[in-house]
Amino acid sequence: MSHQSKFKVWRGDADGGDLKDYTVEVNDGEVLLDVIHRLQATQVPDLAVRWNCKAGKCGSCSAEVNGKPSLLCMTRMNTFVPEETVTVTPMRTFPVIRDLVTDVSFNYEKARQIPAFAPPKGVAAGDYRMAQLDVERSQEFRKCIECFLCQDVCHVVRDHDDNKKAFAGPRFLIRAAELSMHPLDSNPDRAEFARDTQGIGLCNITKCCTEVCPEHIKITDNAIIPMKERVVDKKYDPLVWLGSKIGIRHD
Amino acid sequence: MSTLEKHSYDVIVIGAGGAGLRAAIEAREQGLRVAILCKSLFGKAHTVMAEGGIAASMGNVNSKDSWQVHFADSLRGGKFLNNPRMVELHAKEAPDRVWELETYGALFDRTPEGKISQRNFGGHEYPRLAHVGDRTGLELIRTFQQKVVSLQQQDLEEFGDPEARIKVFAELTVTELVKDGGAIAGAFGYYRETGAFVLFEAPAVILATGGIGKSFKVTSNSWEYTGDGHALALRAGANLINMEFVQFHPTGMIWPPSVKGILVTESVRGDGGILTNSEGKRFMFNYVPDVFVDQYAKTEAEGDRWYDDQENNKRPPELLPRDEVARAINSEVKAGRGTPHGGVYLDVSTRLPAEVIKKKLPAMYAQFMELADVDITATPFEVGPTCHYVMGGVEVDADTEGTAVPGLFACGEVSGGMHGANRLGGNSLSDLLVFGRRAGLGAVAYVAGLGEKRPAASEADLESAGKAALAPFHADAQTRPPDSPTPENPYTVHTELQQVMSDLVGIIRREGEISEALQKLQGLRKRAENAAVEGHRQFNPGWHLALDLRNMLDVSECIAKSALERHESRGGHTREDFPIMDPNWRGVNLVCRLTPGTDTIELTHKPVPTIRPDLLALFDRHELEKYLTAPELTVLDNPQTASTSGEKA
Repeated sequence: MSHQSKFKVWRGDADGGDLKDYTVEVNDGEVLLDVIHRLQATQVPDLAVRWNCKAGKCGSCSAEVNGKPSLLCMTRMNTFVPEETVTVTPMRTFPVIRDLVTDVSFNYEKARQIPAFAPPKGVAAGDYRMAQLDVERSQEFRKCIECFLCQDVCHVVRDHDDNKKAFAGPRFLIRAAELSMHPLDSNPDRAEFARDTQGIGLCNITKCCTEVCPEHIKITDNAIIPMKERVVDKKYDPLVWLGSKIGIRHD
Repeated sequence: MSTLEKHSYDVIVIGAGGAGLRAAIEAREQGLRVAILCKSLFGKAHTVMAEGGIAASMGNVNSKDSWQVHFADSLRGGKFLNNPRMVELHAKEAPDRVWELETYGALFDRTPEGKISQRNFGGHEYPRLAHVGDRTGLELIRTFQQKVVSLQQQDLEEFGDPEARIKVFAELTVTELVKDGGAIAGAFGYYRETGAFVLFEAPAVILATGGIGKSFKVTSNSWEYTGDGHALALRAGANLINMEFVQFHPTGMIWPPSVKGILVTESVRGDGGILTNSEGKRFMFNYVPDVFVDQYAKTEAEGDRWYDDQENNKRPPELLPRDEVARAINSEVKAGRGTPHGGVYLDVSTRLPAEVIKKKLPAMYAQFMELADVDITATPFEVGPTCHYVMGGVEVDADTEGTAVPGLFACGEVSGGMHGANRLGGNSLSDLLVFGRRAGLGAVAYVAGLGEKRPAASEADLESAGKAALAPFHADAQTRPPDSPTPENPYTVHTELQQVMSDLVGIIRREGEISEALQKLQGLRKRAENAAVEGHRQFNPGWHLALDLRNMLDVSECIAKSALERHESRGGHTREDFPIMDPNWRGVNLVCRLTPGTDTIELTHKPVPTIRPDLLALFDRHELEKYLTAPELTVLDNPQTASTSGEKA
């Protein structure tokens, strides 16, 4: 079964652009990326779109569908009625390069600022011992496919471009949480980093990031809130404060 | 080309999957300046799709495991056609390479003692695969990505520039390798974002570009798998070996289109899933080959009892090896008993209660619900063979990963020899680690050996590389000369190429069909030369595809030529007209290379490197009889004569 459906796709580049109307065949069982590919193959061969695995595992085909940050490969066409016009636009938080492709270098810069995993001193490769229960907390965050939809939806940077310098975004707050919860990481300053460099205080836990995460990572509940608590503990707990002053406790 | 953007490095790595990143990390840690060039964004490489795990005989779950057992399993899996030295290095070094990942920050699943957990997998005698749920490949990529970041943080501290010694150039396609005389001088390509050309001058280039799946209609591979490294190596003068060996996974989803090609893990069948044809018949009972008759159930009742009592019953034929199942599905479809979309049904819904399926196969259930709205607990679904992996690739030296071209190295799926005629699951990720590192070391040693000397690309070569890359624009209707052939849509040519390869050089091959394919490939090659693109050079997918087409055509021709030549069936190469595995072919590698000075691909025979006696001793004499020729067995039984004629064995 197939039908013709109407689409509005943003076309343009850094200098500007607008929504263009297309009518494209849609077949049963397709996702939006299939339709974009058909549009490319039959009408506009130079339509720019990123994609890779087409299985929801690489996080390349991020865009906004009717205004909602989504992976094109995970947007099933049967979630729309055939008469509906589907609007596809590039992620709004990042500068557009061309059509649906945006400049996501912001994310790679933020990734580079986070101090790397600090291996435990005196433990040789092969001698690492960790309990499954302990690694699972960090493993949840390592499921992240770096689609950057959480970065796109987060209003701290979506609506306030000037916050980009001071705020790392949900993707990199979960990276900080992941390292902080890693059973063998020996860097004691993950919480300070989240507070001072990543701007965790700017997040007011509206959970938009959790809602758009295709991996269903509980970004706010399991990463950001515990990290905020660690920040608060370190800064305001009088015993920790005293310990840090007389040098008996470092974490 | 005077305005051409140029960068100078010690080592260029093409490809940012597991093999490329491991190679780059090694070369950088040895102190060299390295650039990583990749077609996608950093962190999106096809390695992220790997689910099963990394094979390494750490012995964490069963202490009987050892490199020797892993060696034997891999050689057996490859039907004894593997490069034995590669298999040996791989089996010996894999455990260290996995442990090393933990020092980079990787978090594997654990055993109760807190060690890295290991799971069972087809062809591996002991539980051997280190894993992270079903997303091991993603863990590998993320770990390497973060290791690269940590090296860049070191450089920031030391030099004030994070990219002083290791830099990633993402969304960049290499169209040609450039040489100085016979030796590598660098790589020429374009930024996908702007379309601008760029030259990387370097005395060493490591190819780590992955596979070739996009030449086939149904594949589990991503768009990047257009055989770029295979074709670049071929055009630079290197050899490709074993190109006839392509692995098809028997159960890829074929419907709906949203999930076409995606793998349905073997455990769906292991947990009770059955295969039926359009008549509702459980056909696998008709396809048990003679050699397996004693090991498989003869009736559905017995097969069904096996799931609960494996001691007293034989396993159902749905669990035959991958190639047997793929062949059976193919036969049913050709006999007109296929599903509406050309496959067969895999049904677990009538076999197990929904709750049990969700518990045993959570990832499969969730994936198909989300991507395809298919509820595997409620309905059968359509599956068929999907192109998964190419065993063939660039011929390399086992220890250094160097090729026939000085300065050119290859590792991972783009290299050949390690997996012989068929790769075991789990051996791909370990391959990346072991040979990625070795390729990095190989390049370091080569560059050190050059001293101050640096090869340089010639202006003429750069001109012609640029001209070739822009050809698709000049085929455009407005600018092409009158009387020239009709411009072709690159998407149409690509679709037809996939159809030809799937129909005629797919899972079951016949002489007539392969010859027909070779003829059609010539026609497609002419049409690809006239592929025309619209628009400009900035992020233009039509242009990108027009250039990738040339690589896919080169690789497809190598596959077809080799498949036509090998008159036997072995591993990932099945000839209906030569159904037997013939020991006389066991010792033969088929080699593709360009006839010097031409564009013609020539095919030659070359002996498979000899298996050392101490490694052969790991097998029973009885088992070796299946693989070796009578003269080879005679040598084995009379070691004295081996010293004189050992080279031929």
